[in-house]
Amino acid sequence: MRRFFVLFKKEFLQIKRNSFLPKLIIIFPIVIMMLMPLVMTMDVKNVNIAVVDLDRSTASHRIASHIEASEYLTLATVTAEFPLAMEALEQGAVDVIVQIPDNYERDMMGGPTEKISITANAVNATKGGMGMQYVVQTIARTLTELRGEKMPVEVSELVTIENRYNPTLNYRHYMIPALMIILFILVCGFLPALSIVGEKEAGTIEQINVTPVSRLTFTLGKLVPYWLIGLFVLTIAMVVAWLVYGLTPAGSVGLIYLGAALFILVISGFSLTIANFSETMQQSMFVMFFFIMLFMLMSGLLTPIDSMPLWAQRFTIILPPRYFIDILRSVYLKGTTFMDMWQNFAALGIFAVVFNTLATLTYKKQA
Amino acid sequence: MYTIEVDNLKKCYGEVQALDGVSFRVHHGELFGLIGPDGAGKTTLFRLLTTLIKPDSGEAKVDGLDIVADYHAIRSRVGYMPGRFSLYPDLSVEENLNFFAALFGVRVEESYELIEPIYKQIEPFRKRRAGKLSGGMKQKLALSCALIHRPSVLFLDEPTTGVDAVSRSEFWDMLAGLKERGITILVSTPYMDEASRCDRIALCNEGHILGIDTPTGIVQQFNAPLYAIRSKRTFALLEAAREQQGVVQCYPFGECHHLVATEEFDKRLFVEALGDFEDLEIEPTEPTIEDVFIKLMRR
Repeated sequence: MRRFFVLFKKEFLQIKRNSFLPKLIIIFPIVIMMLMPLVMTMDVKNVNIAVVDLDRSTASHRIASHIEASEYLTLATVTAEFPLAMEALEQGAVDVIVQIPDNYERDMMGGPTEKISITANAVNATKGGMGMQYVVQTIARTLTELRGEKMPVEVSELVTIENRYNPTLNYRHYMIPALMIILFILVCGFLPALSIVGEKEAGTIEQINVTPVSRLTFTLGKLVPYWLIGLFVLTIAMVVAWLVYGLTPAGSVGLIYLGAALFILVISGFSLTIANFSETMQQSMFVMFFFIMLFMLMSGLLTPIDSMPLWAQRFTIILPPRYFIDILRSVYLKGTTFMDMWQNFAALGIFAVVFNTLATLTYKKQA
Repeated sequence: MYTIEVDNLKKCYGEVQALDGVSFRVHHGELFGLIGPDGAGKTTLFRLLTTLIKPDSGEAKVDGLDIVADYHAIRSRVGYMPGRFSLYPDLSVEENLNFFAALFGVRVEESYELIEPIYKQIEPFRKRRAGKLSGGMKQKLALSCALIHRPSVLFLDEPTTGVDAVSRSEFWDMLAGLKERGITILVSTPYMDEASRCDRIALCNEGHILGIDTPTGIVQQFNAPLYAIRSKRTFALLEAAREQQGVVQCYPFGECHHLVATEEFDKRLFVEALGDFEDLEIEPTEPTIEDVFIKLMRR
């Protein structure tokens, strides 16, 4: 126990003496939490629209002015010639072209109608797709309005939409928990590995190896400091989320800390295991990067797991961040309780035990 | 009773046979030196005896304990100072000492009188970071840390490499002091001149031990006439001397060349045969350990 305490104290002393690490541990979460939610947005704004108005009627004007009024759409140009609009699309000045056919207003009231055609630039698939949807919604609303005016029959809206848990569909609120996890992966995934490989490169690990310190004590001495640092980073991140974005957990804060406590153990244990197999910093960094790519891109942090191919969905079962992102998003946005997601906690617990046992066993005091 | 017993120890790294059947014994309280150039296998031997690596074959006992079976028990009985400075450069002198004391489960005060003669010299700098110490001070700190748990055996891997001549001499004085306290010391060095400070030495080369004896005993093994020859035309002299009759070996040795001769060697005939080296000096000289080493390596 005294040996563990001495190793623990030494680790903190080394971090403190490092000219760079203490700053990193404080500044890193603040910058990530302040900056990234602003830029990592999937809300598509400023979709440039060209209206090719062949009808020149009240209806077509109404459609154009509604497009102009939309907060997501910008009316770039109104023209009577499709080739001109197409040229603008090719140059990138316009994202979506709306063509209103001749006699549209007249035909609208009865008889076969030539349809409004929408052409979108789908090079940026998200912008094209989302832009197209916004345009369709806007036009549909205009048409309902027009019909209501022409036929004084009460037309009720066909669909009502309510987004539960994130009522304004704010993408930031969805991303903030993911960013917290990215922070843990970077801080608690890299630092313990660097610390062990650093000792290997400096040769100090040999000096430790000739002492009677046990493998478990040594591993704990590396693990616990970064566990505390991880919880500290979580606290900073939560405070920033609250102060800057007004986002507070709908559920219990304790549950978030419990999940984080388990998740940091998982990721640090994983990092230590990799360090035990690495001889140099470069080696451990590259291996960590490989896994971090998997963790970030396949765990549902940025894209939903449900839309991945089936084999990939099955594969995510062995990715620990998947369980924690579930916990964090549900507790933050829905206020889920422990009983609703005890399986996720159990999964994290199992990963924590497995990785840290592995970290202890693969640490060789004798080659 | 031997404190270190090494029996036909072998270790290879891939294709390289670092140790190829090494055997020797070290008495209790002896200062035993391993003398040999880089790549002789000295560090491998230390890493085996301090249980950091396992041998491929052969046996070794330290303080009566087997290096494979009882490796855990050995660790609290030996002090190891690796060739490369491997204390924490970002911790202070004092913090390093306290840290290693705690890892061995002892208090600095308990061993203070043992390390005092060494530690006293760096104590004024106890708040300084270990990485900022001079070479000689680093070495003293490393020795203090290796002694903190009162080991019965001390393993010192090239402790004087990269240290100035005065500090080197001081260091050997310190080892003599520790020896008097009954600590068995195994020390390696590439410097032949330091060999005379040991009780016994083993000459090693390429994973083999060439000979074991006291420093004077080793020198006595050299039983051929030895001359020192010199001239301004150093290299030409070396080439020419090697061609002469009765010359077994001729090699550069400091500012002159050493010439190993046969019993029939005649100095006067040699000078005549050598020809136009007008500033040639030739005189008999006493063999050193290095001469023995070169002779043994040739065999």
